[in-house]
Amino acid sequence: MNGQPLLRIEKVSKRFGGLQALLNVDFDLPQGQILGLIGPNGAGKTTLFNCISGVYAPEEGQVVFQGQDITGWKPYHVAHQGLARTHQIVQPLEELTVLENVMAGSCFGHERRSLTEAKTIADEVLPFVGLAERRDELALSLNVAQKKRLELARALAARPLLLLLDEVLAGLNPTEIDEMVEVVRQIREQGVTILIIEHVMHALMNVSDRVVVLDYGELIAEGTPDQVANDPKVIEAYLGDPKMAERLMGEE
Amino acid sequence: MKQLRNPGLWLALAITAAFGLWPALAGNKAYARETTFTILRAVAFASSLNILLGYTGYVSFGHIVFYGLGGYVGFYLMDVHGVHLALAVLAGGLSAALLAFLLGTAILRLRGAYFALATIGVNEAMRAFIKNFDPFGGPIGMTLNFQVYNDYGGANQALWTAYITTALLTLVVVLVSYLVKTSRFGLGLMAIRENEDAAEVMGVNAPSAKTWAYVLSAVFPGMIGVLFFFKNGNVEPGDAFVLHQSIESIVMVMLGGQGTVLGPVLGAAVYQRLRGILLVSTLFKNIQLVVAGVLLLVIVLFVPAGVVGWLRARFPRLRRVLV
Repeated sequence: MNGQPLLRIEKVSKRFGGLQALLNVDFDLPQGQILGLIGPNGAGKTTLFNCISGVYAPEEGQVVFQGQDITGWKPYHVAHQGLARTHQIVQPLEELTVLENVMAGSCFGHERRSLTEAKTIADEVLPFVGLAERRDELALSLNVAQKKRLELARALAARPLLLLLDEVLAGLNPTEIDEMVEVVRQIREQGVTILIIEHVMHALMNVSDRVVVLDYGELIAEGTPDQVANDPKVIEAYLGDPKMAERLMGEE
Repeated sequence: MKQLRNPGLWLALAITAAFGLWPALAGNKAYARETTFTILRAVAFASSLNILLGYTGYVSFGHIVFYGLGGYVGFYLMDVHGVHLALAVLAGGLSAALLAFLLGTAILRLRGAYFALATIGVNEAMRAFIKNFDPFGGPIGMTLNFQVYNDYGGANQALWTAYITTALLTLVVVLVSYLVKTSRFGLGLMAIRENEDAAEVMGVNAPSAKTWAYVLSAVFPGMIGVLFFFKNGNVEPGDAFVLHQSIESIVMVMLGGQGTVLGPVLGAAVYQRLRGILLVSTLFKNIQLVVAGVLLLVIVLFVPAGVVGWLRARFPRLRRVLV
């Protein structure tokens, strides 16, 4: 399978009633890269994640993972192939302990480990995301930042080939953002390919090898962080967003 | 098997065994046997239901359908074809499992209240079907020829055989409940209970896990049904598919603590005792179900985790013993 990208999105379209959420989205993600996915609110970023991870089936186009067409597969089959994700709105298994949450990721994800092995893996992953002390507490007792790290730990425990991160930095303070960015870098060093949605621009631009930009469901730009930041189409897309305009002005 | 060394498992088994041994020690043995039989039946039923309700988070209002169907199938085999009780019990369990498998594939796609409603419909449909199904005796049901008991050493001996089998079976149910809870399969079920969408994204094959949980929760009620109606000597639609027994089982699970192994054991025993007391009291004998309703309401409002769940949350040190 050398030479072919780990993940290929081929002309993927998804419609919700009258809303065209995704239209002919097309890009490749080579093995080992961190690809940033940006775009204004409602651009279709999370919808694209849902189409990749099997939560939605796209109406047109194909999602090819490791050379295999996984379009329309059930989420659990996609997960078994080696994909793991975090959610923008955290989805912890609240009445289970932090340890059990992470073990579940290992038991049912890519490698489908036994309970004993899963426990060992969870105990490796928890210190990595800084949740070792909360191991035996119920997931509902965590704060939002910790729940985000729990989502990440759960996804990592599956030992995925491809990790989809949906706004893991949102709602974190600057110190927490720096810590999380460092964690993401270390994950990549372990050989995991990453597709990341992020609104915290400076962090995303910092960590990504390449960035693709969605606007109204269409891919409008693709390139290195620098190329994308200076792309007139991207600036235009974001000028619709008053906050982003301010941010751009502030930088000049 | 490291998980078998958990003191909580042995506590639950010891309590169940203590119920089972009670008639051997009691003064009036036959009376104690009949009382304990209903308690054991309730424990087995509640522990089975707990696999679906407590671990998987799916409320089944019509779980009694498995008890009724299993009972009917086993009874039919004994009555018409002269099959031995042991085989009839297995056949009752298998037919309940098969029904659960078919139903699970169809209605476990529904979530929450829709699933609960569908289970009521299934029970009512099954009762109507059996009522009109002539091989099973239609509305009159079937009555065992007294001669059948001779194969088991006479009626009295047969009652004890049925009782002992029920006691052993109840121990098996408690053990299975514990093994499910502490297994990888059980972790998957609890992930579904907490958040089915997230569980699927994590890789839990929810449709398959839910169906097997449903099947597992149906097998033992089916087997107990055969034993009960064998002991009873007759079976009819009105006795086999009693919807309010389903609901009382939910009360037992909720009272003891849904999602725990010990909870349904205690909940069933306490509720069944309470029911026995109410049934002979002049004030409550006609309205004992009202007490069940009020009890359920109080639990849901104030102690949704049930007694064992509350104790676990309140005294974390007890968690090792109260699984």
